[in-house]
Amino acid sequence: MDFLTVTNVHHTYFSKEAATEALQNINLTINKGEFVSFIGPSGCGKTTLLSIIAGLFQPTSGTVKIENQAVYGNSDLSIGYMLQQDYLFPWKTIEENITLGLKLLKEDNQNFSKVTSDLLHDVGLPPIGEKYPRELSGGMRQRVALARTLAVDPKILLLDEPFSALDYQSKLKLEDLVANKLKEYGKTAVLVTHDLGEAIAMSDRIFLFSPRPGKLHQIFEVPEDLRQLTPFDVRSHSSYSPLFQIIWKELENLEQS
Amino acid sequence: MNNHKLHEQFKQSLIKEKRWVRFYQLLISIAFFSLWEIASRSKWIDQLIFSSPSKIYTLLVENVVDGTIFVHIGYTVFETVLGFIIGTLLGTILAAILWWSPFLSKVLDPYLVILNAMPKVALGPILIVAMGPGMNSIITMGAIISVIISTIVIYTSFKNVDGNYLKVMQTFNASRFQMFKEAILPASFPTIISTLKVNVGLSWVGVIVGEFLVSSKGLGYLIIYGFQVFNFNLVLMSLLIIAIFATIMYQLVELLEKRLIKSE
Repeated sequence: MDFLTVTNVHHTYFSKEAATEALQNINLTINKGEFVSFIGPSGCGKTTLLSIIAGLFQPTSGTVKIENQAVYGNSDLSIGYMLQQDYLFPWKTIEENITLGLKLLKEDNQNFSKVTSDLLHDVGLPPIGEKYPRELSGGMRQRVALARTLAVDPKILLLDEPFSALDYQSKLKLEDLVANKLKEYGKTAVLVTHDLGEAIAMSDRIFLFSPRPGKLHQIFEVPEDLRQLTPFDVRSHSSYSPLFQIIWKELENLEQS
Repeated sequence: MNNHKLHEQFKQSLIKEKRWVRFYQLLISIAFFSLWEIASRSKWIDQLIFSSPSKIYTLLVENVVDGTIFVHIGYTVFETVLGFIIGTLLGTILAAILWWSPFLSKVLDPYLVILNAMPKVALGPILIVAMGPGMNSIITMGAIISVIISTIVIYTSFKNVDGNYLKVMQTFNASRFQMFKEAILPASFPTIISTLKVNVGLSWVGVIVGEFLVSSKGLGYLIIYGFQVFNFNLVLMSLLIIAIFATIMYQLVELLEKRLIKSE
């Protein structure tokens, strides 16, 4: 069943100097519970597409629907969006940060400290609800950001390079954690990344985009035996390298043309 | 030598340095006042104009004993505090309105620049005629002098809040008011506090000038009165009191800063 459908999406950025076509005729569908990655050279519009799916702005033309509901301006639809940096509010405690979404969506009939400690436990953190973000390391903060995103029980998770600002060790650990949590909750997710290895390690399908204007170039299926593994184990599996080589070559071709 | 000992030594050296700083600070003020006193007594400077610390002190004690000075201090401090609070509050509210409506902010931009460039104290005579020669017009002076610059500075800070915080808010379907309350305003607290610090000084200027013009009560009135009767002991004494209270207000704002910005 199609969970997310993107139909004929075009997007153009207008400025005084020029009109830049960022996305051209994008059509794609994502199934429920699927994990897909958007990759491609810079300027291929993958982040723009993610923002449009998130309903942050409307595309110049075309539609994005989740379970047949339009995403833009739909306040019933909850979407989880994780950015490159954690963007935890420094003046709020960890608990206030995690429950921010619940508060804004007026679901404040719940016991916030219970919700917080459960979520913190879920993302592998000790009960640190009273602390402030500055007291935590980068990896812990990104875990808190994940907890904040999961708190509102979003229909879909949109990940905009959430691991790229972390050190390698934290990055690998967090990839495993996110993959586990999403599988556990049966969530659909879209990851935008520059890191081809990460895309293979985490996804079921990989969408490769070509730049200027952004177009969907090719879709790669990740083999079934890789999908079963955690991102960490995928990297050492025998099918990993061949797939990496294939997509790498395509990427190289795109960048040369 | 173990670490503990080294740490003790380090703490000792910090204390020692602090003592020297205090010593030189004290030395400067003692030197300043002694030199002033000596210069005045030896007639190196004109006693009539520059007075002397001992004369100012005697006058101050007289005024404290008969209690007259407290009325003036009370008036001026009250006007300044009120002018300062109104100016900053109004500036923040105006900045919020500008943030709310980008179109309005574009329309009003040149007017803000003009109003900011204009010397507000020049409005004094008009205010006094319009609002009467009393406390109201003086408080208005204290407020008006800081309101426009507060608006500009705080609005700039509102605009510069990292858009990604708003993105986070937007994914939670936050309204514009919620964005303002949860993200924009708290993110700008450090800027608002630093405008408070600037406004402390500005409000004193507004209020003193107001009192110059109205000339009925307050420290500004004492200065202008002292000048008219050529009593510079009175002028300098008032100046000294203003310096003390302006410093106290500034320190209070710093205290507020420490309270308010815990997370920095």
